[in-house]
Parts: sequence; structure tokens; C-alpha cells
Amino acid sequence: MALLEVEDLRVGFPGPGGTSVRAVNGVSLALEPGQTLAILGESGSGKSVTAQAVMGILDTPPAQVSGSVRLRGRELLTLSPKQRDKVSGEEIGMVFQDAMAALNPVFTVGEQLGELLRVRRGLSRSQARRRAVELVDRVRIPAAKDRVRDYPHQFSGGMRQRIMIALAIALEPAVLIADEPTTALDVTVQAQVMELIAEIQRDSGMALLLITHDLGVVAEVADDVAVMYAGRIAERATVEQIFAGPAHPYTEGLLASMPRIDRRDEELYAIPGAPPNPARLPAGCPFHLRCPRADDVCRSTLPPLSPLPSGRASACHHREELLHASHR
Amino acid sequence: MPATDDPVLRVDKLVRHFPVKGRLPFTSGGMVKAVDGVSFDLRRGETLGVVGESGCGKSTLARMLVGLERPTSGEVRFGDAVVHTARGRHLRELRRRIQIVLQDPYTSLNPRRTVRDILLQPFEIHPDVVDRRHRLDRIKELLDLVGLDPSLHLDRYPHQFSGGQRQRIGIARALALRPDVIVCDEPVSALDVSVQAQVVNLLERLQRELGVAYVFIAHDLSVVRHISDRVAVMYLGKLVETGPEAPLYDAPRHPYTKALLSAVPVPQPVGRAQRKRILLTGDPPSPVDPPSGCRFRTRCWQATETCAHVEPVLTGDGQSVACHYPLPVP
Repeated sequence: MALLEVEDLRVGFPGPGGTSVRAVNGVSLALEPGQTLAILGESGSGKSVTAQAVMGILDTPPAQVSGSVRLRGRELLTLSPKQRDKVSGEEIGMVFQDAMAALNPVFTVGEQLGELLRVRRGLSRSQARRRAVELVDRVRIPAAKDRVRDYPHQFSGGMRQRIMIALAIALEPAVLIADEPTTALDVTVQAQVMELIAEIQRDSGMALLLITHDLGVVAEVADDVAVMYAGRIAERATVEQIFAGPAHPYTEGLLASMPRIDRRDEELYAIPGAPPNPARLPAGCPFHLRCPRADDVCRSTLPPLSPLPSGRASACHHREELLHASHR
Repeated sequence: MPATDDPVLRVDKLVRHFPVKGRLPFTSGGMVKAVDGVSFDLRRGETLGVVGESGCGKSTLARMLVGLERPTSGEVRFGDAVVHTARGRHLRELRRRIQIVLQDPYTSLNPRRTVRDILLQPFEIHPDVVDRRHRLDRIKELLDLVGLDPSLHLDRYPHQFSGGQRQRIGIARALALRPDVIVCDEPVSALDVSVQAQVVNLLERLQRELGVAYVFIAHDLSVVRHISDRVAVMYLGKLVETGPEAPLYDAPRHPYTKALLSAVPVPQPVGRAQRKRILLTGDPPSPVDPPSGCRFRTRCWQATETCAHVEPVLTGDGQSVACHYPLPVP
């Protein structure tokens, strides 16, 4: 039994004229303790909605969530809001892209950390204060003792992200879900924040579900990768497998379209077109309109996520030939 | 058209300071030294990449190059004309020759105008460039050039396009008056990876076909490497290193350049545990009160007393570096 299991997760939102916008269409994932699983995708791929459904922070209604999300075997989707809040609040930590929006601007950092510890852990005021200082120190903010008295706006973007991490790990969760945690940061600060998260994982064995669009970040930190496209998993493999040879044309296109820091290519491969609108998904494979390998089968039949040798899986009718081609 | 040594734009000791309000009314909080003495030449038909972290002054620099922002001192020269002192006919000519493409294709196009109106506007302001009868043909040609379909897209509004298509419209608008220079301020940062490559390829093709020079400002070092002939690295309002793309990326001489490059995630998981990375501590200091001497010294691992007192100047030909202890050439 995995630590976190997501099975056939589906999320829809009411669209115009009584239609349903299917943001997530049957996503299955499993996360083991200490593991880092990256969900890689572009805007509209459903990666953030998947994370939000797992965290239980989608408003239902309007969102319609079905499928199964299990933490240590316990089903979360059928829990009452109060039970759900307890489980996700204590066992699942969350970090978002925009720390300024996620932190409360009218309370000091120490008050926000302290409140969390008093309510959830029943600590006294002075215990909570001490623990808050420890946590701020843990995320490597200099002069933690003084900085807990500061408000979020008094910190830089990178420091604010650290505070959000301090809040997320305060209750020692088993899983951290980080949705584009470094996207708004400069590269030098991004490197610091990713290193901090990795260090916390090494110390505590916390699992990380990392939502990102950045192939570079994935290559640096992930153990396993799920590539999402149009609300589905296009491909799932270990990080080495993905970068050694993709088994889905979308992943192949993404890798080829990325400029490299370590060399200069003559021309970038560009995937034609744009990601589809989740309210108007094409028939057949959702990628077929942009795919160089698309044939009649792709235009009519949706390829399921199917296993390949060596434990990976791909949702492409041509997955085997693609894999052979990329390993030749 | 290949790049030539003939500079099309000369930037000389450009400075822009912004006053900051103090904590109390009627007091001054000092000056944000957004750009603090930047000089470079842009050659005809080349791409100069400008990289740096947020707050380093790269967008203020962009705005000064096209005349949207007035420098505190220094000048931008285009041929014989100075961008900020030109008046009348000369000013109009300059505005036609130097164009800008902005980051956000969602806010830089007027939502109430169709593509036709958006693209005709430059010709209304500069009626002498293209004869009234030929303007429609010209904008169709422009749409074609940037990969949009004139028969389909001409009468649509910006919201009916995807982000990548909107950026193409912005590029078509910048090209309308046949400029010599286009300043691109983070032109692909808001786009998805798969769409980013389309726009980068488009910019490269247009340069080959039209010979336009780009100042390409971005925080994404990989994109800048891909598109640039030369690169300038900015830190707290100053250039710390400039040089041709290959030596600057492969053998950076300024410690900041090296640290910046080593922080970029490499899309290759093999060997990642062994990769050496220089982790800078902290954030860039405030541009209101930059460190004395070398501005990078507070985050530099090889700073000495000298660095605190003496400001290093940008020296060297080809690859220039502003550092008292530049890293060795391998």
C-alpha cells in the first residue's frame, strides 16, 4: 500500500450552457514515503486541479470530484468536511506559487505559525512561540528570533516562500504538495528553495508531490514523473527514463522544444498549435491535432494509459515504436 | 542579413534613478538606482541578450532604449539622433525605427480593437511609411509573416487568440513600420514551453529575413543563450559582464555570471547528484542602498577589502568583466 494513492480522479466544473468542463479525466498516481513525484504539464493540463483535489481545497460544488484519494489506505473523498480538514491539515502540507496571497498580511509570521501549533497541537503560547522560532530557523531564515515578529510584506519573495514551507512542515506532514513553488522566484533563489525542500525530505522522509511546468526543475529533483496533457496522464516513468527517451510524442516535443543552457542548438523544435481548451477537447487522442505521428486511430480512439516494459506507462497508440525509435 | 560591426544603437553611461517616498510625509526615502551607468553598442542585425534577476534594472533599461522612460543622465544614440532630446520630425523617425515587444500579450493589446485596427494604427501615426491604399495589403503581409492567417484572423479581437498568437500580433505590430531595432522585454516568459519555441523560432526567422536587431531581455538564461549573439549580465543596475554567447556561457569570468548559470536547472537527471552548484546566499540587496565598491561583494565568495572600497569597471575586449578578481580563462 502506497502512502498516497490517487485512482481514476476526475474533476469537472460547470461550463457555459449546462456543459461540463472536464479539467481532470481519470488520473491515477501513487506516492511512497520519501519519494518525489513530479506532475509536469502546461497551463490547462489539469496539474493544479489534480493537486487541489488531492489537498481537498476545491469547492464542491461547483467542482464535481470523483474517483478515489487514499492516504495510508484511508479514503479522503468520502470524509466529512471536518474530518477531511483534520487529515489534510495535519498529514498533507501545501506550498503554492504566490506566497503573498497564501499568507495572512495582518498577522506576523510568528502569530501565524503559533496559531497553527496551538490549534492543531495544543501547545501553550510560549511553547508555540519557541517552536515557531525553531521552524523559521529550520527554513534557514537568518535571525529567526527577530524575524518571527515581522509581517509577510517585510520579507522578500524567496523568504516568503520559506515561510510558507515553514507553515507547511510545522505539523510534520507525511506528504508535501508543492504547486509551482519556485515559478515566481529568480533562478538563484529557486535553487536555494529547492535545496531546502530536498534537505527537509532527507531529514524527515516526507514525500513530495511537485506540480511544475519546468523540465529543468523536474530533472534536478524528481524521482518519478507524470506528464499531464488535457487532464490526463500522457506518460509516467522514472525521471531517468523520461529524459533518456520519451514514450509519448508530447513529452518528446517538450524536450525538443526546450533551449539548453549547456549548448546552443541551431533551431528549436516547436510543437505546432496550442494546448486544447478543456471545454472543447478533440475526439480521439487529445494530442492528435499537434502530433506528427497522428493517424486515423489517433483521431478516433482515445488511447488509455498502458504499461510498457520496465515499469513505465504511456497513453499513445504508437508508444512501442516511439520508445524503440528514441532508444536507437 | 548577418550582423555587422556598424552599431545601430549606442548606449552611453545610461542612468535612471527613481525617488522613493520616506516613512514620514515630505521626507525622502532616497533613490532607487534602477539603472546606474550602463553602456553598450548594439550592432546592426544582431541580438544582444540582457539577463539578470528581478530588480536588476533590465526592464527600466528596455523602457529607456525606446524612449518610454527618460534617463537621469547618459544617452541612447540612434545614428546621429539622441533618443531623449530629439524633437518633432526626428523624434517621430526614432519612434518608427525603434520598437518594443512586451512580456504580457494579454495587456499590451487593446481588447476593444480588432487585429486589423491594432495593426493599422502604426500607419495612422506614421502615414508616410505606407500609402493608404496599400496598408491593408501590408498588414495582411505582416500577419502572414508572423504565421497568422489574414483571411481568418484579421477581424478578431485579442481575447479570441491564445497567448502565443497574441504575442505574434504584438510582434507584427512592432514590425509594421520596418524598424531597425526591436527591444523584446521578456517576450516569451508568459508563454507555455511548447509555445515559447514557436515564438523564439519566429523571432529568429524574422531577423534572418529582415535584418532587424534585437535587444532581448529575459530572466531565462537558456532562452537568452539560444537567441543571442552577445550577452550582457546585469546586477543591481550595472553590467557586470558582457561578451559573445559561447565564451560567456561556457567560461564565465564574473563570479555572479558563474553563480547565475550554475543555478539554472539542467534538464538531464543523469549525474545530478555530482553536479557542482554555487548556491548564493540571500537575495540581491536593495537598489536603494547598494553595497559600496562592487555591488556583488555581499554575495560573492571571493570578495576582499578591495571589493568594498573600489568599484570595478567593465574592462576587456570581446568578453568584458567588471571584477577585481575575474575567474581564469580556461
